[in-house]
Amino acid sequence: MDLNLSNEEIRFRDELRAWLLSNVPRDWSEWREKPIEESFTYLRDWQRKLHEGRWAAVSWPKEYGGRSATLMQQAIFWEEMARVEAPPMANALGLGLIGPTIMAFGTEAQKQRFIPKILSAEEIWCQGFSEPNAGSDLASLQTEARLDGRNYIVNGQKVWTSYGWVSNWCELVVRTDPNLPKHKGLTVLLVDMKSPGVEVRPLRQMTGESEFNEIFFRDVRVPVENTLGQVNDGWNVAVSTLMHERGAYGARLHPIFKRFINRLMELSREFPKNGHTAAQDPLTRQKLAQCYAEIEIMHWNQLRAFSRISTFGAPGPEGSMQKIFWSELNQRLQQIAQEIFGPYGQLLAGDSRAVDTGIWSYGYLRTRGNTIEAGTSEVQRSIVGHFVLGLPKSY
Amino acid sequence: MDFALSESQQLLKDNARKFFSTECPMSEVRRLMETDTAYDPALWAKIAEQGYTGCMFSEEFGGVGLGKAEFILLMEEAGRALLPGPFFSTVALAGAVMDAVATPEQRKKYLAAICSGEARSTVALLEDGGVWDPAHLQLASLNGKLSGEKLFVTDAVIADWIVVVARNGVFLVDRKSPGLEISKMSGMDLTRKLYSLKFSQTPAEKLGDSKALPKAFDVATAALAAEMVGGMQRTVELTVEYAKTRKQFGKPIGSFQAVQHQCADMYLETESSRSAAYYAGWALEHNVPEATLAVSIAKMYSSDASRTVGNRGIQVHGGMGFTWESDVHLYYRRAKASETAFGDATFHRERIARLVIDEAVASAGHA
Repeated sequence: MDLNLSNEEIRFRDELRAWLLSNVPRDWSEWREKPIEESFTYLRDWQRKLHEGRWAAVSWPKEYGGRSATLMQQAIFWEEMARVEAPPMANALGLGLIGPTIMAFGTEAQKQRFIPKILSAEEIWCQGFSEPNAGSDLASLQTEARLDGRNYIVNGQKVWTSYGWVSNWCELVVRTDPNLPKHKGLTVLLVDMKSPGVEVRPLRQMTGESEFNEIFFRDVRVPVENTLGQVNDGWNVAVSTLMHERGAYGARLHPIFKRFINRLMELSREFPKNGHTAAQDPLTRQKLAQCYAEIEIMHWNQLRAFSRISTFGAPGPEGSMQKIFWSELNQRLQQIAQEIFGPYGQLLAGDSRAVDTGIWSYGYLRTRGNTIEAGTSEVQRSIVGHFVLGLPKSY
Repeated sequence: MDFALSESQQLLKDNARKFFSTECPMSEVRRLMETDTAYDPALWAKIAEQGYTGCMFSEEFGGVGLGKAEFILLMEEAGRALLPGPFFSTVALAGAVMDAVATPEQRKKYLAAICSGEARSTVALLEDGGVWDPAHLQLASLNGKLSGEKLFVTDAVIADWIVVVARNGVFLVDRKSPGLEISKMSGMDLTRKLYSLKFSQTPAEKLGDSKALPKAFDVATAALAAEMVGGMQRTVELTVEYAKTRKQFGKPIGSFQAVQHQCADMYLETESSRSAAYYAGWALEHNVPEATLAVSIAKMYSSDASRTVGNRGIQVHGGMGFTWESDVHLYYRRAKASETAFGDATFHRERIARLVIDEAVASAGHA
């Protein structure tokens, strides 16, 4: 146990800091509030710049253009990115989830074909996983792929697809054998989103925006060489993607949550509560302190998990605990903000009296999605029960 | 950066688990808790022989010279075993206070006797009102004599020396001194007995002033949080095991999501408490500036978590959980005593608020 940065970690951090100092865009704050459709080129340019500095995918092996960064270095990376308030990268899913899955399951030809363009943001990726009738029970998905010579013919519908509108490629989970048990008949295909028969529609969510899409597939032809992994082994491929989603994602959130709680403590000195400021109100203080503590504990949980993963290999089911922790904590954080702001909390972006130009009212609504997206809290608790604690399967 | 236990830390922890499960199984815990003192001299001698009583103290005073991070692991295993008797009172509490406030000569005399296992001790802090902040104490020494009352003192009748926190310093009282009257208090935790102490012109030796006291209490508080983690760990183990074997409606109850999700939350609360306790131990050992904050975070979280883990554990055990025969309530009793000791969650949340809300303002004002 040594919680000081090692010399190598300090070198990594300092090199990144120096690079960010001369390369991070100064005008992100002007773009941040704009719809992503407008800022996407900006984000793409930013990722390209990071890629030129070999910073776009630090976790990837060196031979694929990464830095073979340890999990701790990855945590440092996100901490530093948050510290300078760097913009996000355009190809977030390609870099974080799909690239690593292609590296693990892809053929040499697939790696050569797809990996470089994921890094350079030349090709944006999305995930075709959930369906209208397959959410928590993902393995029951019905989008089918029928073999026809050298092609699969794909028919079906996907939903809750981030970046669908701008994606060039999709990691698509399909049913290739309806006669096998539900987990066994699945296959992952890499689908060109410009293929005839692919239709992308925006899905308007409760915040009013459309972060996600629905994708319809009508007789879409996908060459068999675009199969990722083995035919009918798609569940394993998909689970590998999901583990990346649950395990490492939390590391990016600590610096962001920390910024939010610090801002909230600052604001608590300005808002009145029961005859003094919210910062002086005993109950508000209790809640802020609880939230602050949980943000730190979330971080320590992650560091402990990283050390375990470094010893035992790939992210495992305990990532589900991190997912439960951060998603529910984020909701509590937003609730405390609402309690501090009183009637001002509800004011939306565009209203001159909205707190911090409406990020808190947006956050209050948006965080309801946190305990649903990337696996509901209920599914995560069942995963902890079964895969971590060894209780009998409940579903 | 590496948050995993080192090989030697893991070895220490594994050995402690083996030692406690061999030397102090639940049958022994149950036997001792029915006695007046919950203390067994033979078990104490074995604990000392392992070097556990001197674990975190310097070799200069007969200790083993391991760090606080190591002591945290030891406390966790003691907590998992529900170790009865004065280990916490003597080592984590009185030992830490002596180490922080006493002169080297006094440490050679008193702390060394603790390290060797010859002596047991405890700390008398709380007074009427039960306020943990030493700033509110009434009892003071006058001409080397103490008069007044202390409450909720753990293991006092088997302590050779009682370390008394007074308004004007920290004092050591021989338990056999004239003018000291010890009476039993009936606490919920049967494995750690409580007493009230009445001092009437009781002679006392000054160990030092109270300046270094917060640091010693930080060590004791972190150790207590770690002990609570061990208790939670055992409660989770017992509960998951029960959920796997107990059948209703023809199935193990652990296959029902309502039960499974309780277990998942117990796991989350236990692991999170453990992360915080380990971090606090490390922060104290390395004297990082946020050590006090880390201790409060650990005690705050484990105070709430040890109670909710116990609530869930008893609930999952159903009727069995409500019986005397079930071990879960023994941990639950300890959890309640530990929850309030050295400040409950509310106390520590206020302490955190002072550190992160108020002091942030003060330092911004200076800048």
